[in-house]
Amino acid sequence: MGERYALAEGLRAYGLIAGMWVRSSMTYRASFVITVFGNLVVTALDFVAILLMFAQVDSLGGWSLPEVAFLYGLSATAFGIADLVLGSMDVLGGRIRDGSFDTLLVRPAPVLAQVGADHFALRRLGRITQGVAVLGYALVTVDVDWSAPKVLLVPVMVVSGAAIFSALFVAGAAFQIFAQDAAEVQNAFTYGGTTLLQYPPTVFGKDLVRGVTFMLPLAFVNWVPAAHVLGRPYPVDLPEWTAFVSPLVAVACCALAGLAWRTGLRSYRSTGS
Amino acid sequence: MQDDAFIELDGVEKVFDVRKKTGFLKRERRQVRAVDSISFTVARGEMVGYIGPNGAGKSTTIKMLTGILTPSGGRLRVAGIDPSRERKRLAHRIGVVFGQRTTLWWDLPLIDSYKLMHRMYRIPDGRYRENLDRLVELLDLGTLLDVPVRQLSLGQRMRGDIAAALLHDPEVLYLDEPTIGLDVISKAKVREFLRDVNAERGTTVLLTTHDLQDIEQLCSRVMVIDHGRMMYDGPLAGLHEVGEGERTLVVDLERELPPIDAAPARVVKVEGPRQWLAFPAGESAAVLVARIAAEYPLVDLSVREPDIEAVIAKMYVDQAGQAERADQAGRAVS
Repeated sequence: MGERYALAEGLRAYGLIAGMWVRSSMTYRASFVITVFGNLVVTALDFVAILLMFAQVDSLGGWSLPEVAFLYGLSATAFGIADLVLGSMDVLGGRIRDGSFDTLLVRPAPVLAQVGADHFALRRLGRITQGVAVLGYALVTVDVDWSAPKVLLVPVMVVSGAAIFSALFVAGAAFQIFAQDAAEVQNAFTYGGTTLLQYPPTVFGKDLVRGVTFMLPLAFVNWVPAAHVLGRPYPVDLPEWTAFVSPLVAVACCALAGLAWRTGLRSYRSTGS
Repeated sequence: MQDDAFIELDGVEKVFDVRKKTGFLKRERRQVRAVDSISFTVARGEMVGYIGPNGAGKSTTIKMLTGILTPSGGRLRVAGIDPSRERKRLAHRIGVVFGQRTTLWWDLPLIDSYKLMHRMYRIPDGRYRENLDRLVELLDLGTLLDVPVRQLSLGQRMRGDIAAALLHDPEVLYLDEPTIGLDVISKAKVREFLRDVNAERGTTVLLTTHDLQDIEQLCSRVMVIDHGRMMYDGPLAGLHEVGEGERTLVVDLERELPPIDAAPARVVKVEGPRQWLAFPAGESAAVLVARIAAEYPLVDLSVREPDIEAVIAKMYVDQAGQAERADQAGRAVS
C-alpha cells in the first residue's frame, strides 16, 4: 500500500474513466470530427499569426523565425500533453457547485485521477499535433551546432515542460476547491503561460521575465534551456548549467502541486458545500 | 452500544464556518452547527429512515458516514472503519445513491456504466455476472441495458442508479431521496426492491426522504433530526404520538350543511358539500367515520396522513425557544 501502489491505482482509474469519456464523445461522431478539425484549424491559425508577423519583420526581439518556432514548438507540445492529460480539470469548480463532486468521493479510486480524467477529450490531440509540427519545422530550419547534450535537451524540455504545466493544472484545481468559480484564473496561468512562452523573453519586461523564472518557473519549460541550445544569452543572468535543471524544477512543481491538492481536498472535506 | 452495531455515531458534530457579508468588505463570521452531538447505532440488516426538514443536517450526516466530510468532533464508525480516514477502503463496502444526481454515464448505454463499476471496484467476474443478472431481473432493467442513459425516464434511471450502487455487494446502502420526482408505479417498484434486498441480502439500509410513505412501507425505525439534533428515534407510529400529528378526514356530504360536530375532530375547512376535519393521529378513523355516517348523509370520504413536515413542525413547538437560544450561543464575533 505504498506510494507506488497509489500511483498504479491512480493511473488505472484514470485510464478507465478517460476511456468512458472517449466512448461518450464517439456517440456524437459528427460532432467529434468537427471539433477535432476545428481544434486543428484554430491552433494552426495561432502559428499563422506568428508567420504573418515575420512577413513584415525579420526578427522578433532579436530572434529569427526558426528560433521563435523552436520556442513555440516546445511550449505548444509540452502544454499540449498537459492539456490532453489534465486540461479538463477546469470543470472541477462546476462539479463542486452542482454537488456532483461528492459522487467522486464515494468511489474506491484516487480523487485526483478521477478529476484529471473528467471530461477527457481526444480533440486536444490537435494542439499536440500542431506543436510537434512546428517543432519539427524548427528543428529542420534552425541554425544550431547540434551536440549530444543539446539533442538530449529537446525531449527533456518537452517532458519537463509537460510536467510543469500539469503541476499548474493541479494547483489550479486545488485553488478551485476554495474559490469555486476560479476556472478563468487557472486558465490565465495555463493558457496564458503557454502563450507567453511562445515568444522570445527579450520582448517582455525584465520584471515579468524574472517573475516567470523565479516565482512561477515557466522559464524552465523552454526559455532557459532553449537559450542554451540556440547559444543565446539567458533571459535572466543565470549560470550555464541551469539549462539542465528543468527536470528538477518539474519535480519540485509537481510536489508543491500535490501538496496544494491535498490541502484543497482536506479543506473540502471539512467545510462541505 | 449493541454488539452487532454496524453504524456507530457517538456525539458526532459538524461545525461549518459561514462568512456573511454585512457591509462593504465587512464580513461577519459565524459558526453553524449542522450536526450537533448526534449519537445512534444501526444494527446490521436494519432499515432506517432518516428524516427532517430541509437544512436539518440529514445530508451532512450522510456525507460524514460516506467519508465525503470529516466530522468536527465525536466518534463515527461504519463497519469498524473511520470513514474520513479510510475513504477508499470504505467505498468497497458501501453503496450510495444520490436521488438528484446520477452516477451513470449520460451518453453511454446503461450496461457500460456497470462494466465500469465491475472494473473500478474489482468485482470478481462470476460475482459481477451473478449480481448483474439478479439486479436486472429484480429492477426490471433487461430491455434498458443497451439504451443510452440520457434516453431513460427518471424512474428507469433511478432503478439503474440503485443497481449500480449494489453491484459490488455493499453491506450498507445509503439512499438520499431515492423516490424524489418518481411516479407512483416507479416509487412502488423501488420500494419493493429495497424491501427484497434488505430481506434477502441482509443489506443495511439508511434512507433520507421527504415522502412519509417511503418510511411507512419500508422502515421499522425512523430517526428525526432538526437543527442538527436528534429529536426522535423509534418506530414510526410513536412519531405521530410524540409529534401530536393530526390526520385529516375529507368527507363529501349529499348537500351543503353546517360544519359537522364530531369532537375530538374539528372542521378546518368547508367547501360546498365537502368538509375537512382534523383529528389526532392516535384516534381511530373508523370510530369517527361510523359516527359521522350515522348522523350525516355521507357520499364519499378519504383519510389523509399528516405530512412529515407538519409532524416535525409540531414536535418543535416546545423546542423552538430553546433552539433559538442555542443558535445565538453559536454565534461568534468576527
